[in-house]
Amino acid sequence: MCLSIPSKVIEIDENNYATVETLGVKRQVTLDLIAEPVSVGDYVLIHVGFAMEKIDTKIALESLELYRQIAEDMESGVIDEREGDMGLASLSDRLSTQKGE
Amino acid sequence: MDLINDYRNSELILALAKQIKAEAATLSRPINIMEICGGHTHSIMKFALGELVEGVVNFIHGPGCPVCIMPVSRIDEACELASMQGVIFCTLADMLRVPGSHTSLLKLRGLGHDIRALYTPLDALKIARQNPDKNVIFFAIGFETTTPMSAVIIQKALDEGVKNLYFHINHVTVPAPLRAIMADKNVNIDGFLGPSHVSVIVGSNAYKELALEFKRPIAISGFEPVDVMASVLNLIRQHKRASFEVFNEYKRAVSAQGNVKAKELVAKYMRPCTFEWRGLGEIDDSGLCLKDEYVSIDARRVFALQKEQATKEAKACICGQILRGVSKPPECALFAKACTPNSPVGACMVSSEGACAAYYKYQRRGA
Ligand code: SF4
Repeated sequence: MCLSIPSKVIEIDENNYATVETLGVKRQVTLDLIAEPVSVGDYVLIHVGFAMEKIDTKIALESLELYRQIAEDMESGVIDEREGDMGLASLSDRLSTQKGE
Repeated sequence: MDLINDYRNSELILALAKQIKAEAATLSRPINIMEICGGHTHSIMKFALGELVEGVVNFIHGPGCPVCIMPVSRIDEACELASMQGVIFCTLADMLRVPGSHTSLLKLRGLGHDIRALYTPLDALKIARQNPDKNVIFFAIGFETTTPMSAVIIQKALDEGVKNLYFHINHVTVPAPLRAIMADKNVNIDGFLGPSHVSVIVGSNAYKELALEFKRPIAISGFEPVDVMASVLNLIRQHKRASFEVFNEYKRAVSAQGNVKAKELVAKYMRPCTFEWRGLGEIDDSGLCLKDEYVSIDARRVFALQKEQATKEAKACICGQILRGVSKPPECALFAKACTPNSPVGACMVSSEGACAAYYKYQRRGA
């Protein structure tokens, strides 16, 4: 019941319900649990008919970028030098500026 | 960007697996990582992540499947309530198939009782409004992820003056079972994969205390395979340098504070209380129940339930041991034989997040 996937908001009505699209499937969810403003085009996490939280797409991109970097370095054999880069110091520092910590 | 497929990119998964193997090469034994949440168990099995890091990482499946941890006594209560005259009994889908001592909700429905599987708890409210002459009982289950949704329904029902909706609260919290598992000498866990959606609600700060207490690293991870592999890599790095901090891999959805609005709603209507966990037994303050001022909507108190009923559980089922992280599904004699998703003997075979169901679906060898 927890396997929710990111859904895109395509419409919001006056009762705080949003129409979202998940993998081509449209459904209605309530935005009652999200305090911050949600707009059309935002991505949200859905769970049993509720939007739980907005997804920060900027952070999502940055994480992916970092993992790609690790993969590339791996291929070019720079394992040891980069060890620790995905450890707490680096990734947390890089990402903590984005989402309130 | 594609928020789903980019996090399922096979090249990235393989590269991270390679990196994990390279960095774990200096360890004297495989690292034991418990994934707390059943959603991760599902992902690990679905994408065969255990095989990619075989020999260096041993995944231990945790207690985080809300259907699996429900003890027989609560299923029996559900069956008792659902059998009452004039009741419409509502719950989320998987609960219907969990066997109780004598029957299951599904069997009772077959006998003509009005038992409904809801897609969303919001429907309970709708059903109550549409059936003013019936007592509608919502059997609420789930960890911190789902508790706020129940709180919203409670609030709406009270605000709208809906008089015929009652709640049977079976919500539970993550930290308590982990403490019980860590206290067990038979379990040897080096680090935890923190749950995705529970963390969306509780926030990453909520785990700091646990990491310190257990002296184990915790990596809060998204559900996608790239998330899991990146989190495992972090846990290996932390393990090697003996640090036990909370790493938030799922920062795109999990903030430090979590969803404050959701937490406030829960605190308004519910308080911690004892819960009996399948496999772990009774644990103080590990579950939630309605506060005393809401006794009039508390199904457990409004409808006199038979107390101290002896419960009966399938003897050969080792679901409890699996939830404690000491056994894996293929070790059960009934696995994929007498017990299958179509006719589950134990709760761990019912929900897709249950370890037995995940093994059945994705890895039947070894059975
Ligand atoms: S396979 Fe079935 S009987 Fe065996 S532990 Fe799992 S749920 Fe219980």
